[in-house]
Amino acid sequence: MFVPCGDSVPDLSGCTLLMPAVSVGNVGQLAIDLIISTLNMCKIGYFYTDCLVPMVGNNPYATAEENSTELSINAEVYASPSKKLVALQLRSIFIKYKSKSFCEKLLSWVKSSNCAKVVVLSSSHSYHRNDLQLRSTPFRYLLTPSMQKSVQNKIQSLNWEEMEKSPCIPEIDDSEFCVCIPGGGITKTLYDEGCSKEIPMVILLKFVSEGDNIPDALGLVEYLNEWLQIIKPCLQCDDPSASALPWKMPSSWRLLFGSGLPPALF
Amino acid sequence: MAATFFGEVVRAPCRAGTEDEEEEEEEGRRETPEDGEVRQQLARKREVRLLRRQTKTTLEVSLLEKYPCSKFIIAIGNNAVAFLSSFIMNSGVWEEVGCAKLWNEWCRTVDTTHLSPTEAFCVFYHLKSNPLVVLCQCSCYVAEDQQYQWLEKPHNPGNHTQSNSCQVFWLQMVFGSCPRKNVQVTILTCRHVTDYKTSESTSSLHTPFLKALKTQNFREPPCCSLLEQPNIVHDLPAAVLSYCQVWKISAILYLCYTDVMKLDLITVEAFKPVLSSRSLKSLVKNIPQSTEILKKLMTTNEIQSNIYT
Repeated sequence: MFVPCGDSVPDLSGCTLLMPAVSVGNVGQLAIDLIISTLNMCKIGYFYTDCLVPMVGNNPYATAEENSTELSINAEVYASPSKKLVALQLRSIFIKYKSKSFCEKLLSWVKSSNCAKVVVLSSSHSYHRNDLQLRSTPFRYLLTPSMQKSVQNKIQSLNWEEMEKSPCIPEIDDSEFCVCIPGGGITKTLYDEGCSKEIPMVILLKFVSEGDNIPDALGLVEYLNEWLQIIKPCLQCDDPSASALPWKMPSSWRLLFGSGLPPALF
Repeated sequence: MAATFFGEVVRAPCRAGTEDEEEEEEEGRRETPEDGEVRQQLARKREVRLLRRQTKTTLEVSLLEKYPCSKFIIAIGNNAVAFLSSFIMNSGVWEEVGCAKLWNEWCRTVDTTHLSPTEAFCVFYHLKSNPLVVLCQCSCYVAEDQQYQWLEKPHNPGNHTQSNSCQVFWLQMVFGSCPRKNVQVTILTCRHVTDYKTSESTSSLHTPFLKALKTQNFREPPCCSLLEQPNIVHDLPAAVLSYCQVWKISAILYLCYTDVMKLDLITVEAFKPVLSSRSLKSLVKNIPQSTEILKKLMTTNEIQSNIYT
């Protein structure tokens, strides 16, 4: 359930909700971190649930001593009122058998908040790509029917590729075709529920492998930005190798691959 | 997919835990009524129940509804439990008010109805001279699906959803459905130092050392430095602290990073700075006596673990 930080429940009607699916490489979550950090979004509440493994830590977006001691939990909601953007960040994996329950509770909250649309940032195993997918862009999108009318033209003008359908049961020759997102976590469930509950939802995903997925996250936010224009390009960028957009990495991305090495190792 | 040294191609583990979800979906499609029955039996076995051992009855309401308190101190893990036993419970009379019965794959006790004093895994006490002080000694591992059970009780026990139809929650069990804002919670626990992330090597750190995490409503200065990013805490201490943060309860977690996870004198003594906190200061009476009690506790434990006797 949504629990606000303050005394009153903020009005989210008409806002775009950005959220990650916990998926391969944690790309969606890294992308949401980039968005919250770059836009300096403020925390407006918690999505308190028994479906996610509990975790706590100090403010992952701290920029100074003063704001480094705010406690963060596993599911929090941030907002940028000027951009009518709300971001839900999920920081842990689902407890066994609880992912479907989570999707139901989440979509129920989305409906009651009257969000204009939901954008799910996700990823899928790159080794599952077919030959055509291997030769094309690694980014894909999916729209629920209630979203198609409003954004189809814009999406077509961006030349984006829709996620292809694949055989539901690959071993059977005349198997039906459906959307499969291996490694996508709850992405498929959210999409199916979004379709059946008529929720305006867009899924944006990238084919990735496990490893250092920061470049994948940067790619995914830039893909999102082509459409939503969350931030404008940096006009005074001299370094051609840098991203054209000033995405700010949060302080919590330090030591992603563990502590320092013992000198005796060398 | 990944190739191994021997030329096999194996499924590489996914950090995001998505293979479990794909397996669950497949299991869900293949599940027979018998499988469902087995799963429900396992869920019933994993229920968390609160008992009063003296009267052999189950508590029907949450612990803090039955025993309202202004201070709630929880020790999780054997070193934190030994610290509270030696330094806090050595003075005053502490009466047992409840005992959590739970089973999971990590518990070694088979019969949790009749817990002996040495086996008692999760016991709640209040101070007879001041019943508003409640203490919990938790030596067992509370699994992820049981942690929320530990903290809250369902608002309307008759209306459970399919997924939690037989479950009384740990979180539910202690705090109940109405979060109490006028209670101050102190949590003590240990973690292995290899869990601590720092830019220097963990082998160069002077262990054990204490770190703290506090909720927004906790106003006092902590007894040690705060846990820096990117370090996080999980398991039951995180479940309790998350609950307190969300429901605006004043709470602090004192986390001792150590390289000895079994009962250890130096690790237990690393919690000593916590004795100067407002919650515990009034409960501490005789530190030299406490140190003696602690040494006896260590010796008893060493004898028990000697495989040659």
